[in-house]
Amino acid sequence: MTHDPTTSACGEPGRLAGSATAAPQPPGRIGGQIDYDKFLDCVHCGLCTAACPTYLETGDENNGPRGRIYLMRSVVDGRLELTPRVNAHLDLCLDCRSCETACPSGVEYGRLIEPFRASQRRAEAARQSARNADWFHRYILYCLFPYAQRLRWALAPARLMQQLRLDRLLETLGVIKILPRRLQRMQSFLPRLLPGGPPLPEFLPALGPKRARVALFTGCVADALFRHAHWATARVLQQNGCDVVVPRTQVCCGAIHYHSGADHPALALARANAAAFDAAGVDAVVVNVAGCGSMLKDYGQIARELEPAQAALLAELGGLADKVRDVSQFLAELGLIAPRGELKLRAVYQDACHLVHAQRVREQPRDLLAQIPGLELLSIAEPEICCGAAGSYNLTEPEMSDRLARRKLANLLAADPQVIVTGNVGCSMQIQSALRQARRAIPVVHPMELLDLSYRGVAFSRG
Amino acid sequence: MTTTDHDVSRSAAGVGAAFLTRLESIFGEHGLIRQPEELLVYECDGYVIEKNVPDVVVFPESTEQVVKVVNLCAEFQVPFVPRGAGTSLAGGCLPVGGGVMISLTRMKRILEVNLRDRYAVVEPGVVNLHLTQHLKGTGYHYAPDPSSQGACTIGGNFATNSGGPHTLKYGVTVNHVLGAEVVLPDGSVVQLGGAVEDTPGYDLTGLFVGSEGTFGVCTRVTVRLTRDPAACRTLLAVFNSVREATQSISQIIGAGIVPAALEMMDQGIIEAVEAAFHFGFPLDAAAVLLIEVDGLEVAVDDEARQIIAICQAGGAREVRQANSPRERQLLWKCRKQAFGAIGRLSPSYCTQDGVVPRTKLPEIQEFITAVGQRHAIRIVNVFHAGDGNIHPILLFDERDSDQVRRVLEASEEILLKCIELGGSVTGEHGIGVEKISLMHRLFDAHDLDVMRSVRQAFNPGGLCSPMKMLPTAGACGMEHVMQKRPGRRAAL
Repeated sequence: MTHDPTTSACGEPGRLAGSATAAPQPPGRIGGQIDYDKFLDCVHCGLCTAACPTYLETGDENNGPRGRIYLMRSVVDGRLELTPRVNAHLDLCLDCRSCETACPSGVEYGRLIEPFRASQRRAEAARQSARNADWFHRYILYCLFPYAQRLRWALAPARLMQQLRLDRLLETLGVIKILPRRLQRMQSFLPRLLPGGPPLPEFLPALGPKRARVALFTGCVADALFRHAHWATARVLQQNGCDVVVPRTQVCCGAIHYHSGADHPALALARANAAAFDAAGVDAVVVNVAGCGSMLKDYGQIARELEPAQAALLAELGGLADKVRDVSQFLAELGLIAPRGELKLRAVYQDACHLVHAQRVREQPRDLLAQIPGLELLSIAEPEICCGAAGSYNLTEPEMSDRLARRKLANLLAADPQVIVTGNVGCSMQIQSALRQARRAIPVVHPMELLDLSYRGVAFSRG
Repeated sequence: MTTTDHDVSRSAAGVGAAFLTRLESIFGEHGLIRQPEELLVYECDGYVIEKNVPDVVVFPESTEQVVKVVNLCAEFQVPFVPRGAGTSLAGGCLPVGGGVMISLTRMKRILEVNLRDRYAVVEPGVVNLHLTQHLKGTGYHYAPDPSSQGACTIGGNFATNSGGPHTLKYGVTVNHVLGAEVVLPDGSVVQLGGAVEDTPGYDLTGLFVGSEGTFGVCTRVTVRLTRDPAACRTLLAVFNSVREATQSISQIIGAGIVPAALEMMDQGIIEAVEAAFHFGFPLDAAAVLLIEVDGLEVAVDDEARQIIAICQAGGAREVRQANSPRERQLLWKCRKQAFGAIGRLSPSYCTQDGVVPRTKLPEIQEFITAVGQRHAIRIVNVFHAGDGNIHPILLFDERDSDQVRRVLEASEEILLKCIELGGSVTGEHGIGVEKISLMHRLFDAHDLDVMRSVRQAFNPGGLCSPMKMLPTAGACGMEHVMQKRPGRRAAL
């Protein structure tokens, strides 16, 4: 990592929470910085309720979108104290934004819950009861996850253990239980670590007539765990006549920080990315991870929320946001060069919430996969309901996360697929973990991996 | 949302420590809500003009638990009100006078699907659309399709006798409920009807459907399943005047065609749904008709041709046909989510629900326009035009009390005009609390007395859904609420 814009914040891990709390506390109430009109967009019709995974599970309107908006608005209005019970209902929200797809009024729920949470976390930190000052946030979420290289090193022992099958042995012996609870969960979520290959070069040329020049966003956790998917994505883009640049100065998208209220470190990461990708001079910034793509597309909104007075910052971050495309969205717009290689597979495409809801990318990946000769796309019940991964939710709300994973797994297995396809790292890990627990060996892959195999004429084999 | 009128919202007298302790022993920690900060979201439903916080919310998971809570309420003389998804647009789930709210959202199992005999048995909390999704691939569906079908429950549909676009051909909820299990306010469990047609004795099923929860709590419903049509054609006819559109509706029905659905949207609503869903509606059109015919493959093309000819003769400038299932789905999404899309036009809206004889549609439409102008309130319209069910939507800002007053006055004038034209004040949303003061305009004292005595037979103590549907106070000492005219509280 040659250049790290957040070194000042994260070079000394202990200071990170401090840097988050150092942000000036906005005057007034929690959530007071939210544009109040966004609350008024909600006309209380309730059409969102059944789209919400936590409402489906609990039947309690406090755990549904309409109820949560009501709670947040009541806090902002001063009708309601932000008690631990109210907090619990808001914390239980996955931020999957399924309600936004269901909402006919165009309520931007994400632009309510996310800034509300950010101001909650700031207030908590100011009261010294900060959740984000604990070891987990300080060392793992902020100082390990966002750095692909550090994460790869940290995972080296796990990779070795997996190769030697020691991980299963330790699980069977129960030795894992000596780890802190969250580390145990992280261990259980770790997918089978595939050899990811070397880092992507800074430039990969188009094959055939050149149709576009794109930059590829590689991210942090994704680059550490799913680099093979990055290689596949780059090859598919090359096959479709794209010059692919992979800027070395790009960094984590900042979603982990932003969602836990550390918004100034998040802003620093965003600016570093804006600088990295603007320099590339590309037609589009292509992302193959739903969560990162959604965060990058929100950069302009976030700048407006956090620094409303800074027009230059808005232009800088909004400019990048406008260029961001999910890879399937980009290829659908460009027009896919049909792959030839046959893959005789019964496949389920599982929607990542941050694609289908946050980015409204639903048909594109299905349309691309449908062009692979021999591939049969199966449909499942409740395709729009979150699998419970939701970023770090599977670590912070384990019980609900597990309930939703079981629900999703039942729906997936009912279709009897040979392969599960999903465009997000988090979903992939969650489903792989659920499959392992159910002792079902169904591979989970990225859509680009299948397209890549078809272009290369290579048969599908698990692993 | 309008500030609650605090001297009216109050708790039920019987809710004390002893009552709550007994309730907790039935429902446990996770089956009950009693903290003020968690009760708040239950203070209103889709109708936000009136609010009242219940004293406690319970989440039964079985008929037995419903019986227990109802018995306990009888013992302590505490009022109770059932609630499904809380999408009522008439305040049907408003806990007038406080008491216990019985949320049926955890009773959501589909208990039986019998395709050969074409029925399904479901619990009340099953979401309408979830039943149809569950039936996907079987060749059957559940026909009533209210616009809120993605969220509303079968129990709520049962209580309000819900309609929907396709009820023009297929009939409303009462035509699709074969039987039900209900818990009466005295705690007895009664089976109404059954899985076969026309059980002897009084048609109690028909009586309970649409009773708005004033007879008891429905805990199980046996619904009819409808065969999926072999084919359908979905048309969009574009008109330059609303009058031409409404006249074409009468022409279509007059020609002996019964479309599966026949819906009208006017310019204002087209603007909102276009912003929401980008279908490609012409923004300069005065009105569009959304027409669907279904049936046998050989018949639908012929009917579609007739309809196109009628619309063109009636002045339609263009008639389009949905070319793919995806396009048809999007068209229906536009129509069904039209109410919600209004959020894009104004901060608040009031969806009215009236009925006129179909031939009076042009007349009521012109009246609505005039009322809007007189009160300086913008009104947009969606109609279930085929059966004369109108939905004028009045746009306002709830923070402006003068606008709220004007909206309520305009609403009342429109509904009274519906009565005058030979229609009614609600097609499908129900009376709830919203229209309670209009009941005596629609019915005379004798009519209302008969209804009261029917309610008396099932709900003699008046504890079940007090202050709903019929303008009587019930027996809970809530006469003060009556004096305040709950349906018009915001205007006072």
